[in-house]
Amino acid sequence: MSKAKSWWRSQAFRGLAFQLLAVALAAFAIWYLAHNTLANMQARGIQSGFDFLSQPAGFDIGESLIAYEPLNAYWKAFLVGVLNTLRVAILGIVFATVLGTLIGIGRFSRNAIVRGICYAYVEWFRNIPVLLQLLMWYLLFAEYLPPLADAISFGDVVFLSKAGLSFPIPTWGAAGFAWSIPHPEGFVMEGGVSASPEFLAVLLGLVLYTSGFIAEVVRAGLASVSRGQVEAAASLSLTRTQAIRLVIMPQALRVIIPPLTSQYLNLTKNSSLAVAIGYPDVVSVATTALNNTGRAVECIAIVMAVFLTTSLSTSALMNWYNRRAAIRER
Amino acid sequence: MAAVFTPIAPRRAPAGTTGPLAWARANLFANPGSTLATAVIALVAVLAFPTVFRWAVSEAVFAPDANACQAARGVGACWGVIAEKWRLIVFGRYPFEAHWRPELATILLLGLVAASGLRAFWKPWLAILWLLVVPAFFVLMAGGWLGLAPVPTDQWGGLPLTVMIATFSIAFAFPLSIAVALGRRSRMPAIRTLCVLYVELIRGVPLVSLLFMASFLFPLFMPVGKSPDVLLRVMVAMTLFAAAYLAETVRGGLQAIPAGQVEAARSLGLTWWQAQRKIVLPQALALVVPGIVNSFIAMFKDTSLVTIVSLYELTGALNIALNSDANWRPFKIEGYIFIALVYFAFCFAMSRYSLWIEKRVSAGKAR
Repeated sequence: MSKAKSWWRSQAFRGLAFQLLAVALAAFAIWYLAHNTLANMQARGIQSGFDFLSQPAGFDIGESLIAYEPLNAYWKAFLVGVLNTLRVAILGIVFATVLGTLIGIGRFSRNAIVRGICYAYVEWFRNIPVLLQLLMWYLLFAEYLPPLADAISFGDVVFLSKAGLSFPIPTWGAAGFAWSIPHPEGFVMEGGVSASPEFLAVLLGLVLYTSGFIAEVVRAGLASVSRGQVEAAASLSLTRTQAIRLVIMPQALRVIIPPLTSQYLNLTKNSSLAVAIGYPDVVSVATTALNNTGRAVECIAIVMAVFLTTSLSTSALMNWYNRRAAIRER
Repeated sequence: MAAVFTPIAPRRAPAGTTGPLAWARANLFANPGSTLATAVIALVAVLAFPTVFRWAVSEAVFAPDANACQAARGVGACWGVIAEKWRLIVFGRYPFEAHWRPELATILLLGLVAASGLRAFWKPWLAILWLLVVPAFFVLMAGGWLGLAPVPTDQWGGLPLTVMIATFSIAFAFPLSIAVALGRRSRMPAIRTLCVLYVELIRGVPLVSLLFMASFLFPLFMPVGKSPDVLLRVMVAMTLFAAAYLAETVRGGLQAIPAGQVEAARSLGLTWWQAQRKIVLPQALALVVPGIVNSFIAMFKDTSLVTIVSLYELTGALNIALNSDANWRPFKIEGYIFIALVYFAFCFAMSRYSLWIEKRVSAGKAR
C-alpha cells in the first residue's frame, strides 16, 4: 500500500479507458451489424434506400382520414397509417382517462357494491393480455353484430351493425350549419360518419385495458392525499364532491401525472397491436409495404421513428403539464 | 311534600354498529345516492343474470360433441370445445404422445420460479438450482438426448412456450438491467449516454416493432448464410425489451438508497464495485422485488404478441387449434374465454404475490 499510485491506477485514467472501451465496443457492434446487413443485402439482391416512398403503393387502405387511392405514393400510405394510429391513440387516451378516473374514484365509494365492481373491473381487465382483448372484441363484433340491413338503431340516428358504428356529424355546407344523419341505403350507410368494426375493437380493447391501469394510478394518487385534508374539507362543510374536486384532486394530480404519462405512452404503443386485427395503423401499412417492396430495414425504421416521435412529444407535453401542476415549494 | 319518583322512558338503544344489518346500512344505503346505486346495480343484475346463466350454464354444452354444440349455437355456450381441444390449446403443435415432456418441463420451471419468490429460498444454492433446471428444461423440450426424440423449436407451443419466454426473458434481462441501471447513474458521460440511449430507444418503440425486427432484420444482421432460430431471435428481442423496463425499475431502487450509504462504504475503504455489490445492490434489489414481479407479469402478458411473428404460444395455439377444424371453428369465443382465464389466473396470482412481498419489504419501515 505504501507504493505510490501509478498513473494507470488513477481514477481519471480508468474512467477515460472504460469510456473509450465502451464507445469502441458500441461502435464496433454497430459497424458489425451494418456490415453484415449490407453484405446480406448484396447476397440476396435486396435493394435499399427510401426512394420507394415516392413510388405508387398499389394497395388499398380500408379506412383513411385523408383522400387516398392505391395509385398514391408510399409516403401517402404511411401518412394514412400514422393518422389512423394517432386517431385511435388520441380517442383512446381521452376515453381511458375519463373511464379510469371514474373507476379510480369508485374504489373509494361509500357503496360496497360500487367498490367491489370497480375492484373487479381493474383486476379483470389488467390481468388479461391486451392483444387477447382486441381479438375477442373483434371476434364478437364480426360474429354477433347484425348485418347492415338489420342494423341496431338508436333513435334512428345512431346505427350499429357489422359495418360499424354510424353516428351524425355537424356539417358546414353552402346552406350553413346542418347535421348529417346516417341512414342505411341498401348495402351502404349514407351520411353521418362511420367507425369500422376494426377501429371499434382496437379502441374498445385499448380503452378497457388502459383504464384499468389508469384507475390504479388515480387510486394511488387519491390515497396519497393525507386524511387530514379530507377531514379539513369536511369541517369547512364542503360536500364530498366538492372536497374531491377542490381539495383532493389538485393535490393528487402531482402524484398521478408521471405514471399517467407512462400509461398514455403504453396506450399509444399498444395501438400497434391493431396489426393483428387488420386496422390499418402505421404498423400494418408498414408490414404491407414491407411485403410488397422487401425493404425491411426502411419500413421498420419508419415505424420506430414514428413511435419515438410520438413517445417523446407526449412525454414532453406531459412534463410541461406536470411542471404546471406541481406545487411550487419555496 | 315528597317528590314523587316518576321514571322517564329509557332512551332507545343506539342503532347497531356491528352485524350484517349495520354493515348494509353503512355500505349500501348510507345516503340517497348510495341507495340509488345499490338499487340500479341490483336491478341490472337481476335482469342480466338469467341471460348469462342460460348461456354459460343451463343451455351450455359441456360434452365434446360438435353436433350438440351446433344445435345450441347462439343459445348456449359450447364448453365442449375446450374438453375436445384443450391439449392442442395448452401444448400447441408439440407431438401429441410426448406431451408429458413440456408438462414436466413447465412444472419444473414454474416450481423454480415460485421457489425464487420465497425469501426462505434466497440462498446461494438457488442459483445452482437455476443452473440445473434451465438446461433440464431445454433437454426435455428439445430432446435429442437421453433417448428423447428431437422436437424442433417450431413445434414448441402453448403454455410451455408462454412460461418459457416470460421466465427466460426476465431471467436474462435481470443482470443486463442491473448493469444498465448502474451505467445510467455512472459519472462517466459516455457510459451514461449509451445507457440512456438504450433505455429510451427501447421504451420509445412498441414491442411489435422489436418483434418484427427479430423476425425480418436479425437474419440480415448475422454473417451471410447464417440465420439463428426464430425462437432464439424472439427471445433476444424480448430480453432486450424487458431489460430496458427492468433497468428503470432497478434505477428506482438505486435512487432510494441514501448517498450516505455509499459514502460510508467508501470511507471504509471499499472500492466502487465493492460498495455497489455489498452495500447498495442488496438494499436496492430488495426494494424493487415488487417492481420485478410487475415486470414479470407484464412480460407474461406480452408473450401473447409473439403470435404476430408466428410462434404459437397460448394465444397462437388457440388459433391453430380451432382455425383448422371447421366443426369447432365457430366456438372460438369459448376458447378465448378459456385462455383469458388461464392468463388471468397466472397474472392475478402474481399480482397478489407482488402486493404481499411489497408489505414484507416495507415492513421494516412501517414502525
